[in-house]
Amino acid sequence: MTLEVDDLRVYYRTLKGDVQALDGVSFGLRDGEILGLAGESGCGKTTLGKALIRLDGRMKHVGGSVTLDGQVLPIGEDAKMNPYRFKQVSLIPQYSMSAMNPTRKIGRMVRELLESRREKLDLDELHQRLELVELPKDVLGKYPIELSGGMKQRMVMVISTLLNPSLLIADEITSALDVSTQKAVVTTLKGFRDRGFVKSMIFITHDISLTNQLADTIMVMYAGKLAEKAPASTVVNAPKHPYTQLLISSLPEVGVRYADKRLTGIPGNPPSLLKPEPGCRFRARCPLAFEKCAEDPPPVEVEKDHVVACWKAA
Amino acid sequence: MLKLDGVTKVYRIGAFGGQTMTAVDEAGFEIKPGEVVSLIGESGSGKSTIGKMVLRLLPPTSGTISIDGRDVREIGKRDYYRKVQGVFQDPFSSYNPVFKADRVFTMIREVYFKGVPDKEWTAKIEAALDAVRLSPGAVLNKFPHQLSGGQLQRLLIARALLLDIEYLVADEIISMLDASTRIDVLNLLADLKQRGLGVLFITHDLALGNYISERTVVLHKGRIVEYGPTDAVFEQPEHAYTRKLLASVPQLHTKWEDAS
Repeated sequence: MTLEVDDLRVYYRTLKGDVQALDGVSFGLRDGEILGLAGESGCGKTTLGKALIRLDGRMKHVGGSVTLDGQVLPIGEDAKMNPYRFKQVSLIPQYSMSAMNPTRKIGRMVRELLESRREKLDLDELHQRLELVELPKDVLGKYPIELSGGMKQRMVMVISTLLNPSLLIADEITSALDVSTQKAVVTTLKGFRDRGFVKSMIFITHDISLTNQLADTIMVMYAGKLAEKAPASTVVNAPKHPYTQLLISSLPEVGVRYADKRLTGIPGNPPSLLKPEPGCRFRARCPLAFEKCAEDPPPVEVEKDHVVACWKAA
Repeated sequence: MLKLDGVTKVYRIGAFGGQTMTAVDEAGFEIKPGEVVSLIGESGSGKSTIGKMVLRLLPPTSGTISIDGRDVREIGKRDYYRKVQGVFQDPFSSYNPVFKADRVFTMIREVYFKGVPDKEWTAKIEAALDAVRLSPGAVLNKFPHQLSGGQLQRLLIARALLLDIEYLVADEIISMLDASTRIDVLNLLADLKQRGLGVLFITHDLALGNYISERTVVLHKGRIVEYGPTDAVFEQPEHAYTRKLLASVPQLHTKWEDAS
């Protein structure tokens, strides 16, 4: 196991009280595994990604632990996390277009970045990796503004993985890209894993069809809790949680026409996480809800590697 | 019928407008009443520029846009916007956060329905909200931040319906919405065509275009590369670019490796 997350709770501090954005999530990640993290806005997927690398000022580590390669990560303490960042846990930011320092040539920026981590720049290795993502060597002598959006994205991907981190977090990195660029990015990420540049990866997106192209395992979250986690093909073809089922059936695919088959959404909205009521958080929108749903459903492994948090599925 | 004929838009770029960029090159297609036409293209293909020209937010450099055979430039803007309205991508920035969301209705009333008595106006709003499946109690008298993205988008469609519009330009209206609610807004658009509304559905998502439209226009670098009935475009794409685009779409039940 590369990563073990146990009952992680991260709340946001607001004037009205704590928003329970991540409320007791547990999962593991094997060596070489790519985990696709899917869910709607406000389900806690970005909070989970951020909790593993850097909590911002509003976020508060309330409970639970994160273990990476046998070491417990001090996620609640900003300064103590520093030795792990970039070397063991790395991040590809969503807006890679603005992620690079505009006042430095890229080569100098990379060198300074590595020096700040007391690492030496291996120029041959860097050149090889640039070649892998089809960037010419001379980008290192250019300013970020001279690169196109797709080139910047690839450059940031190379920089993020330069120190071969154990865990790479990619948060919504494809949401601003065109379909053909999306495909190239996803293929590159897979290549990074296959070549051992990164040991394991968490790919956060709201697009389940895209996750399925890349991930070995898909984890679906709803309102700060884990709803279902299973191998990608199981989530797509035989989901057990009612939320996953409804979500999958609401996705239009090429070939599905309104005239032939009318898809439906899920009525209602996710609950407020300010003071959520106890019990299953999907209860109000769930067609299968019954009395027992007033109690919190624990995540249960219904089959090997298939975890569902629903009373009806267990 | 809304018709575009040889519409070209050239932007001036660079310092002092010294260089030019052709965003839309000789585009021509038509939208019939009661029909959804989807306009598909990647970023920079000129799809939003076409939407803005139809909404007369930008003048075309050359070519004509006509409605029922009449050049739109001959129609006054006030009359034109009674027939053609638009809804845009970001529901959160379409509203002024200082005012309540239903102010968009009041603004319509001030311009077009000054003499209408309150009672009649309330009935009109209720009918429009009913058409977009919103309950008046849930959305009226609320600030934009109190409503969800899907509700805000539907409110904007309801605003357009108050005017008895004939054509709606929907520019990426559901790309900011969540998967579980976007399909309902999409179904709503498809239902509106039964009222005789013609919709120009601008999107980069082929699956969505395929789902609701009768005809599809594929744009590439400002040029129309494919135009025809949706079935034909998706089943037998003639242009290499359309084929490439279709091959890149992530499909839920097929992996890219298996397809190639």
